[in-house]
Amino acid sequence: MSERRRDLPGGQKWRRPHPLVELTRSRLLEFLREPEAVFWVFIFPVLLALALGIAFRSKPVDTLRVAVRTGVPAEARISAMLRGSAGLTVVELPADEADRALRTGKVDVVVEGVSVAAGANGEPLAVNYRYDTTRAEGRAARLAADDALQRALGRPDLLSARDERVALPGNRYIDFLIPGLVGLNLMGSGMWGLGFAVVQARVRKLLKRFAATPMRRSHYLLSFMLSRLVGLVLEVAVVVGFGWLLFGVAVHGSLLDLAVVSLLGALTFAGLGLLVAARPRTIEGVSGWMNLVQLPMWLFSGTFFSYERFPAAVQPAIRVLPLTALNDALRAVINDGTPLAANWPALLVMALWGGISFAVALRLFRWQ
Amino acid sequence: MMKTQPRTNTLASGGDTTPMAVRCTGLVKRYEDLVAVAGIDLGVQPGECFGLLGPNGAGKTTTVEILEGLTAPDEGSVEVLGYRWGTGHDHNLRERLGVQLQETQLAEKLTVGETLRLFASFFSRARPVEEVIRTVGLEDKRQARVGKLSGGQKQRLALACALVSDPELLFLDEPTTGLDPQARLNVWEVVEAFVEGGGTVLLTTHYMEEAERLCDRVAIMDHGTILSMDRPAALVASLGAEQIVQFEVHGDLDPAALGRLPGVGNVAGKQGSFRLGVRRMGEMMPALLSELERRGLVLESLTTHQATLEDVFVQLTGRALRDE
Repeated sequence: MSERRRDLPGGQKWRRPHPLVELTRSRLLEFLREPEAVFWVFIFPVLLALALGIAFRSKPVDTLRVAVRTGVPAEARISAMLRGSAGLTVVELPADEADRALRTGKVDVVVEGVSVAAGANGEPLAVNYRYDTTRAEGRAARLAADDALQRALGRPDLLSARDERVALPGNRYIDFLIPGLVGLNLMGSGMWGLGFAVVQARVRKLLKRFAATPMRRSHYLLSFMLSRLVGLVLEVAVVVGFGWLLFGVAVHGSLLDLAVVSLLGALTFAGLGLLVAARPRTIEGVSGWMNLVQLPMWLFSGTFFSYERFPAAVQPAIRVLPLTALNDALRAVINDGTPLAANWPALLVMALWGGISFAVALRLFRWQ
Repeated sequence: MMKTQPRTNTLASGGDTTPMAVRCTGLVKRYEDLVAVAGIDLGVQPGECFGLLGPNGAGKTTTVEILEGLTAPDEGSVEVLGYRWGTGHDHNLRERLGVQLQETQLAEKLTVGETLRLFASFFSRARPVEEVIRTVGLEDKRQARVGKLSGGQKQRLALACALVSDPELLFLDEPTTGLDPQARLNVWEVVEAFVEGGGTVLLTTHYMEEAERLCDRVAIMDHGTILSMDRPAALVASLGAEQIVQFEVHGDLDPAALGRLPGVGNVAGKQGSFRLGVRRMGEMMPALLSELERRGLVLESLTTHQATLEDVFVQLTGRALRDE
C-alpha cells in the first residue's frame, strides 16, 4: 500500500482511513439511518414468527367430532354408544346438515345407521362412515368412532395399552419454522438490502462518481459483503433469541456452527444480491429481478413447510437452491445439533452460489 | 486576480518537457440516434482554467466524461497529464484528478464529514478532511446530513469531494447550475483559489458570466463541435464591436441600410427586429434615429449592452445561449 500518512501544518499526522473500512462504515450508517430498512430486517421477521408461532402452536388434540345422522335406523342407539366414549364429541344432524358440517370441517366423520338383517349376535345393525379420507382428523375420527361402537357392542380388548403423551421441544411447528425464518431473513435482507442500495447509487450517479476515483471496484463490492456480516449477527440473534425466549426453541448444535452457517448464508445472498443489482438502471427494474429470483425460494425452499411435499422428480432442483441449502444447514444446527462437517453438501451449494455470483457480479457490474 | 497567460494555443507539445494537462484530437462519440461529440480537438495547459461554454445538449458533458476516462470515445485520442486512458495508468491518473460530475447525488443519510472521509479514503495523497471542509467553507455543516444541505452547500460539498484528492487537474461539470448568485459566488471563489494555487481546471458551463470570470480560455461548443476557442476577451473582440444594440421597429427596414450607418460593425436580424454590433455608439445612435425618422418608422423598443460571450455565441449560432 502506498504512503498513508501526511504531515499537517501543525505537525500532527493525518492518517488516511482505509477505503474498505470507510465504505463498509458508510453502508452501515446509511442502513441504520433508514427506519424502513430496520423494520423489514429486524421487526418484520419477529412479527412473522410471533403470528405463525401462535397460529400453529402445539396444543393437546381436541376431541374428535362425530355427527350421527338422524332419520336412519338405530340413530338413538348409535348416539348413546358413541357418547360413552371420552374422546368423542357427538352431535345429531339430518343428512344435508351432516354433509355440510363435514364439508366445512365442523365434524370429522358422519356415522349413519343402515338397516340390515339380524347378525350373528342378533344385532340388526350396520353403519356407514362418511369422511374425507385425505384428512388425518377424518381418519382418526373414523377409527375412534368404530372402536367406540365395537367396544360398546362387546368386542374385548386383547392387548393392554397405555398412552404416553410426547411433546418434545424440537418437533413442534415453531421449531421447524424458526430456522426457516432465519434463512428467509438472511435471503431477504441480503438481496433487497444490497440490491436497492446499489441501484439507488447507480440512479443517483454515485457509482459513476466513485468510478472517477482511484477506489478499487472490488473494495466497493466487498464493502457490501462486509456490511452484511455486521447486519447478520443482529438479524440472526433477533430471530433465534426471540424463538428461544417466547417459544423455547433451543439451539441444539454449537453457536459457533450457527455462526458459520449464518455467515456463509449471508455471504451467499450478498453475492446473489450484487449479481441481480449488477445491471439494472432503475429501482423498478431491480425489484422485478429480485422477485423473480426470490419467489422460487419462497415457495420451494422449505421455509414454512417441508419441501419433501413436492414430487420426488423436482427434489434435486429444490436442493440446489441456495435458500434450501441454508435452511437445511440451519435446521441441522438448530434442531438436530448435527456437526457442521455432516452438512458439507449444503455448505458447498451455498459457497458455490455466493462465490460464482460475486465473481460474475464484479465482471458485469455497470458503473454508470 | 492575476492569471497566468497560457503559453500557446496549439495542440503540439513537442519540445515542451511538461505535458499538457489535457489534450484530445478528433474526439467523436455517437449514441444510437445522435452524434454527441462530432470531432473535437482541444488542449489545456497546466495552470490554466479552461471552459467549455455551450447550451444544454451541446456535448459538453460527454466531452468531459470522455476526458475523465468514464466514457470511451468512438474515435479520437485523449491524453490526460501525459497518459492515455486504458494503458495501465488509470489508477495513478485518478489519484491526480479531482472530478465533480453533473447531477451526482451524494448519499443523503451521511454527514458532510462522513462523506468527505469516505472520499478521502480512496486517495493515497488525500488532504485532511478538516482542511478541505475549511477550503469550501462548510465548517458549521460538518455534522449535517447531506440531505439537509441547501443546493449551494451540496455543490460546495461536491467540490470538496473533488478537492480532497489534492488534485493537479480539476474537472467541473456545470459547477453552479441552478444556484443562486451568492452560492455561485462561493463556488467561484473556491475555484479561483484552486487556480491561484497552481491547479489546472477544465469546466463546463452555460453561464457566460462564469466563463468570463473564471476561464483563461473558452471553447464555444454547439452540436458536438467547437465553434471558436480563445481567451474570453479575444472572443468578444472578434465581434468587431464593443456594444450591442437591439431594437424593434414597426415597418420594413433594409438591413443593408443599417450596415451603412457610421460606427456599425455588423448587422443581424429580420422582420423589424435587429441586432447591431456597434464600435462607436456616439456616432451610430443619432444616425440610426434620423434614419428611422427619414423612413417614417416607429421605434418600438431599443436596448443596448456591453458585448459579452453571449453575443459571441449568438453571432456564431444565431441562437441565444440561455433559452435552450
